[in-house]
Formats: sequence, structure tokens, C-alpha cells
Amino acid sequence: MSTLDLRSVSKSYGAVLAIDRVDLKVAAGSRTAIVGASGSGKTTLLRLIAGFEAPDTGAVALNGKTLADQNVFVPAHHRHIGYLPQDGALFPHLSVERNIGFGLARDIPGRDARIAELMDLVALDRTMLKRWPHELSGGQQQRVALARAMAQRPQLMLLDEPFSALDTGLRAATRKAVAKVLSESGITTILVTHDQAEALSFADQVGVMRNARLVQVGSPAELYARPRDPATAEFLGEAIILPATLNAGWADCCLGRVAVDDATRSGPAQIMLRPEQLQIATDGTGCPGIVIDIDFGGSTSALTIQVAERVILARCTNAQMPTVGATITMAPTGLAHVLDERI
Amino acid sequence: MPRIHTANRPPRWIVSAAVLVAALAILPLASIVDVTVETPWSTIVAMIVRPRVGELLTNTILLVALTIPLCTILGVGLAWLTERTDLPARRVWAVLMTAPLAVPAFVHSYAWVSLVPSMHGLFGGVLVSVLAYSPFLYLPVAATLRRLDPAIEDVAASLGLTPWQIFMRVVLPQLRLPIWGGALLVGLHLLAEYGLYALIRFDTFTTAIFDQFQSTFNGPAAYTLAGILVLCCLLLLAVEAGTRGGARYARLGTGSARTLRLRRLSRTTALICSLLPIATCVLALGVPLTTLARWLIIGGAEVWHADDLAPAFSQTLIYAAMGALITTLAAIPIAWLSIRHPGKLVRVIEACDYVTSSLPGIVVALALVSLTVRFAYPLYQTMATVMLAYLLMFLPRALVSLRASIAQAPVELENVARSLGRSPAQALWAVTLRLAAPGAAAGGALVFLAIVNELTATLLLAPNGTRTLATGFWALTSEIDYAAAAPYALIMILLSLPLTWLLYHQSQRSLGR
Repeated sequence: MSTLDLRSVSKSYGAVLAIDRVDLKVAAGSRTAIVGASGSGKTTLLRLIAGFEAPDTGAVALNGKTLADQNVFVPAHHRHIGYLPQDGALFPHLSVERNIGFGLARDIPGRDARIAELMDLVALDRTMLKRWPHELSGGQQQRVALARAMAQRPQLMLLDEPFSALDTGLRAATRKAVAKVLSESGITTILVTHDQAEALSFADQVGVMRNARLVQVGSPAELYARPRDPATAEFLGEAIILPATLNAGWADCCLGRVAVDDATRSGPAQIMLRPEQLQIATDGTGCPGIVIDIDFGGSTSALTIQVAERVILARCTNAQMPTVGATITMAPTGLAHVLDERI
Repeated sequence: MPRIHTANRPPRWIVSAAVLVAALAILPLASIVDVTVETPWSTIVAMIVRPRVGELLTNTILLVALTIPLCTILGVGLAWLTERTDLPARRVWAVLMTAPLAVPAFVHSYAWVSLVPSMHGLFGGVLVSVLAYSPFLYLPVAATLRRLDPAIEDVAASLGLTPWQIFMRVVLPQLRLPIWGGALLVGLHLLAEYGLYALIRFDTFTTAIFDQFQSTFNGPAAYTLAGILVLCCLLLLAVEAGTRGGARYARLGTGSARTLRLRRLSRTTALICSLLPIATCVLALGVPLTTLARWLIIGGAEVWHADDLAPAFSQTLIYAAMGALITTLAAIPIAWLSIRHPGKLVRVIEACDYVTSSLPGIVVALALVSLTVRFAYPLYQTMATVMLAYLLMFLPRALVSLRASIAQAPVELENVARSLGRSPAQALWAVTLRLAAPGAAAGGALVFLAIVNELTATLLLAPNGTRTLATGFWALTSEIDYAAAAPYALIMILLSLPLTWLLYHQSQRSLGR
């Protein structure tokens, strides 16, 4: 069952189209990441779902209930959608306890117990309740902000790049902790980020936004292996994109004859390989190339290789490392992906 | 299809409140225009084309044309000495240069008139105006001087410019905005001030309107003069807006600016340069304070009539506190709108609020007299009308600091509050206004102290029998009882000292010091 349902949602600011006919379904209890460069419209999409903005056209529904369409608009404070902004946005004039309790009515029974429970949930010590936001570290602030958003038991949680302000090490740890809390509570989550690695590791479903359009939605593995166009392919990771001629599941390109994932198409097309699919062949078979640069990266290094007229990127382990100027042979492993012909 | 809902539009009641305040703000102008339109054209021409108006116009133009350049030279010179040189005791001078603001303008001229009884006319008017108003130029110029990027001056020096050339070609152009802003403020004060020029017997439009009002009450002559005065103000605003230019002289590039290097003055130069702040202090602070002290000594204990002073003091506090509260509350909607929902309507509303506050108090008061007498007689000479006048005159003082502090409260906090179930109004109250409270208090304090020193509108509008410190002081000086007036002046100065401190502190803090 799908909880959140966006149908052909558009939004513009003056002459600028921020969201262009976006369709998106998010399943109950799942984690979705919307990834895109800055200015791609991903934050506007989040604001439309939260109810801070109204769509110009299209409809937003949650659990079958319309939140916004041509006739209806449910304002943010009636939506019960949790929101975790970039820097946590704790109220600086309120203690941790009052921040977490902000969305709880004053007179409900067991209010203090609920706040304490939320502290446990986000793995913060209860003694911190009396602290002030400025006395907390960045990661702690994010946890308090998460507890605050969880307090009203939202059906849906929106995360607006909540980890980007944190240090690299803390970022991964906080992301894992947040993901754990949310999935244990069974809360449907949408994360907006510009960091493709974060999106791929966090979500069950990833949507790629570009120029106000949601260009592709799918599982992380699917998107990484089978992007629809070169731009998406390169956004999600390093890609080798080559012109080729297709014929019955095989492609002829500068790397020779490569197996592809689409047996139905034939004729000229673009194919994509991930650098890790290209490995140095030890038996001398495969396609020859000259190493023109090595970017040492510890356990694996990036090789820049001249193959015929082209320069391509490959990876090798430390053990296999060639020298610059050496001629090597490479053989692709797995299937090359055929990109959409339109593009 | 028209949209029936708009999530990102501001709540309707906030917009309505802002529009209402703007509509009130436009009332005085509309009323002056209305009276002028209703009067037969021939009458207006007859009233304008007469020697008296020509004389007033000459006086006003001369006053503005002489005072503004003098204030600018004095303000810039003092600011440069206290901010960019190692002048001995420069921090002390910086505070003392702000201090004349604590002395109401009419107390300045009271001091001079009782020191030099023969002083009158243009010379006296210009002298006292320069002393009373040059801090309006000193403060913003000093603040900007401190913020300038020293690297630009270093580059100019490396390109072969002498220090004097650097000042004229690099520093001075960057001071354009504060000089223009300060000059506008001084100009508006020159047009609006009544007490200062009445005491020194220098006729300006404002004093003439006041005299006219006292002799013919609600007559068209006062309105015609007020109309000309309004035109002068609008002209001043237009000239300033037209010549200010759009350039911003903020630091380009990243990283924090290096601290400024102070210019070393030799011993002799420092001594000579010290003469400027010393002379300014003697004239702008020494004269009022010694005169006041002299009158207090002459008057002895007799002048401290608790029966008169205590009610005046409490009435002043009540008027000022109520006025500050009302004005600050009225500023909230437009302050919030201008930060969160800037747009054409909001700019128009803001412009209404600002234009009226730049009109002289006498014009606002005259318009409110006419409006209440014609349309709402029960409100004539009531506290409500006085409060409305204060609101219209001093709204921007509350607005400016409130707006700055709302701008510092991130909109994201309001969004979070709304996602936690608070309506926009509740979010504004529970989050943004709490965070903006210090700014609101600072703005309220500025309004409070403006009301304490307000004379003209209070004289015209307050209910019979009202006696604030300012009107009490005025009544006694009008009877030439200078000794009895001294305690009132002293209390006003003491009440105004926090204002001065606040202004000084703000100009320091805005630079992160």
C-alpha cells in the first residue's frame, strides 16, 4: 500500500518552474531519498509535502486523504508530518526538554514520561533534558530535533539534508542512528540530499531530480546499475559512457565486444559501465590500453587509461597496480547497461 | 482556475493589521491635501504669494544649506579622528560625541539663549542646530569607517596614492551612504524642530505654523504653510533617494576583514587634532550642562516643586510607556511581513509608514486636530489622539530594530513549529517574537525616549491640563522662568542618557564588537 501519493505536482515561483509534473509514490514504512544538485527543486518538493507551500497544479495525498489539490489545502499544522531541517533548527530560547515537548499539549497525561522515552529512543542521556541547544554538539542537536519531530507520532517524516552540516565521521553514524530509529518506529521517511552516496545508502527507493523534474525513481541498486540517461549515470557515480553498436545482446565499442543488459535493441546506442566493472586482465586477453595517470587511493586506485581515441577510468587494487605508461589489457565483467536512445 | 488556498501567503489578519497601520499613517498627509484642495485656489495663491512665505522659505533654505554641510564636515572629521587615528582617549571622545543626543534640542537652545541673551536669528539657529544634530552624522559615519576593508586602502597606497588622496578618493566615496542617510535625518529635524528655533527667535515654517495655529486655531493659513512644509520634506526625501545611488560598499570576497591599522599622529598633530573634539564637547555638552547647573544653583531648593515635578514626571512616564507599547505592537505585523513575505504590497505599506514619520510633528498634530474636530470630535484633545500621533511619528524607530531581530530568527524555526501543529500565528508568537524580544525592547526604548523629549505634538494634542516634562519645561521657559525650568531639563537629560548609551552600543555591536 502506498502512503504518500503525488500526482503531477507542479510549482513555480514567478517565471521559475521549481517543480515540473512530479509523480511519486512512497510505500508505508519505507525510506525514500530524493537526490539532486542544488537548485534541482528537491527542497521545494519537500516543502510541498510538508504543507509550507501549495502546489500550483496536481495533488498530494497521504493514506488516501487529499492534502492538497485544486480545491483542498490542509495547512502544515494540521498534517502531522514530521520535519527535520538541515541544521536541526532547535528553538534556541527553549531547553532540550521544552524543545522536545513543543509539539505535545501541555496537559496530556504522561507528558514527562513521553519526553523521557523519546530521549531514550534517540539514545540521548536523560540528564541532558535541562541543557540548552547551544550546549549540545551538532550530532546531539540532530537527535533532539529528531525526538522533537517524533513526539507527535508522525505518519511521515521529512528530512531536509539533516546530516550535511555534520563532520564526515559523525554524518554516517548519525544517519545510521536516524534510519534505525525511524524504521524501528515504522515511520515512512523521505530524505532530501545532494549527496548521492548518502541517498544510495539510506533509502529503499531513490528518486533523482534534475531541472525541476523527477527523472528516475527506483531502488538504489537498480538506479546505480541501470540509469536512464548519461546525466543520471554520472550523478550517481563515476561512469564510462561509450558509443557502441548493438546486436542481439552484444555491443561493439572501443573496448571490443561487450555483453549488454538489453537484447532487444540493435543499431547505434550509448552504453555505460561502472569503473569497477573494468578490471586489469592478468592473462593478457581483452582490450589493450595505455595507463596515462594513476590517482592513488589506498586499497583501490583510479586509473586513467587511453583506449584507442578515448580516455576512460578504471579501478584496480593495490596489488595489481601498473605503472604510468604501461600497456595493460582490460576485460569488462558483468553486463554493460544500454542508455535510453532518446537522450 | 483560481486557487482558493494559498499556503505560503501570510495570515490574513497580519496583512489586515499592517494595512490598517499604513492607512492610519497616510491620514495626516491625506488630511493636509484634503484641506488644501477644499480651499479655493485663489485663497491658496494669495496665502502663498506673500513676503512672509518668501521670508520663511529663505530662512528654511539657508538653515538647511548651511547646517547640513557643517554637520557633515564636523561629523566626518570627528569620526575619522576617533576611529582611524591614535588620538589620545579616542574611545572616551567616541562616547562624548554621541552624548549631545541626550540633550533635547530645545534644551540646547535654552542653554545658549540664557548664556548669550542677544543670540538670535540665522547664526544662532545654525550654531545650535550643528551642535545638537551633528551626532546624527557622526554615529553612522564612525560605524562605517570601522567596517571598511583596510585592504582596499593598502592597495590604494601600493598604487602610489598619498594618505590625503586615499582619504578623498577611497575612503570618502565609501562613506557616501552614511553621510547621505545622516544628512537626511538632520534635514528632517531642521524642518520639524519647533522649540529650538522658537527660543532662539528664528522663524521657520514650523514656528510660523505654530504661531498661526495659536492665533487662528484651525484656519487654512496654517494648513497652507503645512502643505509647503510637507513639500519641503518630500523634496528632501526625493533628493536623498535620487542622489544616494544604489552602490553597496560591503566587503567583497570571503574571510574576515583584517583589523584596521590606526594612523599614528605625532605629538603636536595629536594636540592640534584634540582641539576639535574638545571644542565640540565644550559647546555641545559644556554649555548646556553648565547653564543648567547655574540655573539649578540660582534656583536652589525652591525650584524643586514636588507638586509640579512629580505629576509631570509620572505623566511623562505613562505617556512614553503607553506610546512605546502601542507603537511596538503596531510595528509587529509590518516588520514580520517585510522579512517573511517581501513584495510589492509590503513595500507600499512600509513606504506609507516611513513617509509619515518623516513629516514634522507639527504637521501630524495639525492634521489630527483637523480630523478629530471634523470627523471625531469626542477624540479631540484626548489621550487616544496623542497616542496615535506618537505611533505615526515614531513607528520606524520600533520597526527598524524589530525587523533586524526578526530577520535573525530563522524562518526554519517557524516551519518546524508549524510541522509540530502550531498555526502560523501561534508559531509567530511562540518562536519568532520570543527570539525578537530584545530587538522589540530596544525599538520600544527608542520610542519611549523620543516621546519623553517630544514637545510639538504633545502641546497641540494633549488634553487640557496635561503637563509632561517637555511641555512643563516649555511653559516655564515661555514665562522666562529659566530657573524653574531647569529641573525639568535635568530630568529629561537623565531619562535620555540610556538612549544615548543604546545608540552608541548599537553602533558598536552592529560591527561585531
